[in-house]
Amino acid sequence: MAVEGIGARALRKEDKRFITGKGKYTDDMTMPGMGYAAFVRSPHAHAKVTGIDAAAALAMPGVDAVLTGDQLVGDGIGNLICGWMIHSKDGTPMKMGGWRALEPEIVRHVGQAVAVVIADTQAQARDAADAVVVDYEELDAVVDPLDALKDGAPQLHPEAEGNLIFDWEIGDEAATNEAFEKAAHVTKMEIHNNRLVPNPMEPRAALAGYDDAEEHYTLYTTSQNPHVARLVLSAFYAVAPEHKLRVIAPDVGGGFGSKIYIYPEEMVCLWASKRVGRPVKWVSDRTEAFLTDAHGRDHRSEAELALDADNKILGFRVKTVANIGAYMSLFSSSVPTYLYATLLSGQYDIPAIHANVKAVYTNTTPVDAYRGAGRPEATYLVERMMETASREVGLSPAEFRRKNFIRAFPHQTPVIMCYDAGDYDATLDAALKAADYDGFAARKAEAASRGKLRGIGLSCYIEACGIAPSAAVGSLGAGVGLWESAEVRVNPVGTIEVLTGSHSHGQGHETTFAQLISERFGLDTDSVSIVHGDTDKVQFGMGTYGSRSGAVGMSAIVKALDKVESKAKKIAAHLMEAAEGDIQIEGGELKVAGTDKKLTFTEVALAAYTAHNLPEGMEPGLKEGAFYDPTNFTFPAGTYVCEVEIDPETGKTEIVNFTAADDFGKIINPMIVEGQVHGGITQGIGQALLENAAYDEGGQLLTASYMDYTMPRADDVPSYQLSTHVTECPGNPLGMKGCGEAGALGSPPAVINAITDALGANALTMPATPERVWALAQSGMKQAAE
Amino acid sequence: MTKVSMVLNGKSVSADVEDRTLLVGLIRDVRGLTGTHVGCDTSQCGACVVHVNGKAVKSCTMLAAQADGSEVVTLEGVGSANNLHPVQAAFREHHGLQCGFCTPGMIMSAIDMINRHGAGNLDEKTIRHELEGNICRCTGYQNIVKAIKSASDQMAGMAQAAE
Repeated sequence: MAVEGIGARALRKEDKRFITGKGKYTDDMTMPGMGYAAFVRSPHAHAKVTGIDAAAALAMPGVDAVLTGDQLVGDGIGNLICGWMIHSKDGTPMKMGGWRALEPEIVRHVGQAVAVVIADTQAQARDAADAVVVDYEELDAVVDPLDALKDGAPQLHPEAEGNLIFDWEIGDEAATNEAFEKAAHVTKMEIHNNRLVPNPMEPRAALAGYDDAEEHYTLYTTSQNPHVARLVLSAFYAVAPEHKLRVIAPDVGGGFGSKIYIYPEEMVCLWASKRVGRPVKWVSDRTEAFLTDAHGRDHRSEAELALDADNKILGFRVKTVANIGAYMSLFSSSVPTYLYATLLSGQYDIPAIHANVKAVYTNTTPVDAYRGAGRPEATYLVERMMETASREVGLSPAEFRRKNFIRAFPHQTPVIMCYDAGDYDATLDAALKAADYDGFAARKAEAASRGKLRGIGLSCYIEACGIAPSAAVGSLGAGVGLWESAEVRVNPVGTIEVLTGSHSHGQGHETTFAQLISERFGLDTDSVSIVHGDTDKVQFGMGTYGSRSGAVGMSAIVKALDKVESKAKKIAAHLMEAAEGDIQIEGGELKVAGTDKKLTFTEVALAAYTAHNLPEGMEPGLKEGAFYDPTNFTFPAGTYVCEVEIDPETGKTEIVNFTAADDFGKIINPMIVEGQVHGGITQGIGQALLENAAYDEGGQLLTASYMDYTMPRADDVPSYQLSTHVTECPGNPLGMKGCGEAGALGSPPAVINAITDALGANALTMPATPERVWALAQSGMKQAAE
Repeated sequence: MTKVSMVLNGKSVSADVEDRTLLVGLIRDVRGLTGTHVGCDTSQCGACVVHVNGKAVKSCTMLAAQADGSEVVTLEGVGSANNLHPVQAAFREHHGLQCGFCTPGMIMSAIDMINRHGAGNLDEKTIRHELEGNICRCTGYQNIVKAIKSASDQMAGMAQAAE
């Protein structure tokens, strides 16, 4: 190891345990005497539960208990909640239906749990779950959100008449209508953003234990935010008070949003561990994950873009119906509203925007944040519209975008966001150059000579990350503050532990966070440990999502480091009889400027703890904490260029070139940033070409395994060309913007714009399967022939 | 119950297991080797790949009893923190992992791939095709492909040097 500061391609500290099989995930944990839970799940999308007969199951070997919703409710366990209040445009609060972890009366999606079996082994628990007899009275189901809004549609929750949760709006409707009256050209599209399943490779899991002497619970769980989990389990679900509940999220195998939420299963394991008097473990199988992990996206939109005679955008009008699924998951209401419509200005100077969003219940798995959360839906809408409009008015897609770019900062959009910094020309130029955009015509002609259709598509995305100033999100309805905390503990021998409220589930925090300390004190990264994911160790934290661990989590560490540095300098100045202002830190030493006097960092740390000779009135020790609340969202942005080749005979699309130029602000570790972009782009290509959560009309999920749901595999994607351009974010001390979600925002529209360019036809819905592409290719060729 | 004996990571082991116990169950639950992961239960994701008699096998789709008398190697058996296998080292060197959950299967498949094709004989296209049975949701595969290519080339160099 070495001193590896900001900007170093430091290899990951956490890798050694993962590459040798020593990672510790929730399913790897054990507790003495533990039993296993298996859930009894509804095979129906909508049905009354008329009876549960557990007699046969209880008689099976190893079975401890079969627990139902009536017992759960009887024990005072609260309903699952949505933590972000949205008000409809008429001022009424959103209409949230009740959601119980085990449903005693009416099930509303396939896979909803009605009972749980606890047994000695996982196999015994699963066998017994199959033997629990549940009587259902089937009800009509509705899966399409547009159908759910129609008169006479099956009703899911009595609280939400017509299945409408809220009818929300943002922007100035009158000004937008006025813009359309003046328009020289209007581009209109209907756009569907397909439903996805996040699919982290580690399925969700929980291991809960109860200590009756201490009345204390411990929960190991697959969480992106263990403190939020503890808060919600305690304050809303009334499982246990916070000081009697320890939540540990150990190594977590990916999240992508789906492990933010507190699900029924984790809560039931906690409750059951006390009821049956033994620790309870549950591990999801993959089909359970498909049926119960919160899904993502699923928007139906109509969009209109008004241009003046010079092809400048005058106004943008959007109507979206968002499918929320059967219940309102923890942040489900924020995704199609403040995380979506606030990004509809894209990278463009648009004087007037109005968006209306209707959120709708259907008999499907709940929908919540998935990598990007609302922002990919906005980007797809804006960038499909930009490409389509440019084709309609006969400008090149790059020229049309350039004509409308925002170039002066700060820029206040008509939809809340105030962009603080960016250089959209720079990333567009870089991407076009790297993609050899100018040489495309020749490549297209060459492909045509081989009978292939070649197309190129652009996407210029922007996202709002960091999530975000607590006061701002509070005013928009968030039930929590969205700051982050950190504590820097210098040990007497000068090694350092950093406790952070951020949570790493693949992002490499143990490395990048250590680089901050290495940079600040000139210490070896090996002398730094990053501690996260345990509510008994870290005081509080909001966790990791929304590309916030750098911009917010690391900013909290910087604030704590400032305090540690200041105290260390005071001690060093006192010991060396120098002025505090003359102390410089370099290479692990505190030096008096202009002299040869110096102390090692270790000597200063030791002096802080021996406390034999400290400045008068100074407390012993060297440990500081900080909370950081950002002043604004951050605004990563960039341009992606996708080039495809299509075989018109088969409809098979091959991505032959994919180029990304991103502006993430200051970068701590370029290697890790590249990895984030690779993963994000691949998930976006998955959405564009392969992935789709498909239901039949009765509400059965047709894609509930990897045999049916097409995950991107290594031979579905190419290697990508990446570059970065830096405009520093003025809103946080490191100038960081965040890089975790960008790839998933920018890539779907780039891919679809490329395919529709190749086909010369625009009516394409994601995923662009060979069947859909072939059909469109045939119709395009027919049109061309006529 | 069935008595199953095998050589696991070089050690002779035996256990009485239910007939339906999967090989991965024996490895993880009976022997406590949690480096092998279960990601899908349907033989699709490849997080559970181990080597049985020198061949890559998805241990979620093989009964423990079928491995009776076999030599089984898991990720824990190919190298240790202070003595990494070249493929393990290459995954770290090229940032071929993020959350680490698919990594055990990826490394075991990669070693098998290099063994079958011969070190130094892998190009990007072949590696991508060979990874058909291993899903990763984090990395987008680019750095996994780089890591495998690099390890394959490095192992060819090592073989040459040994000659």
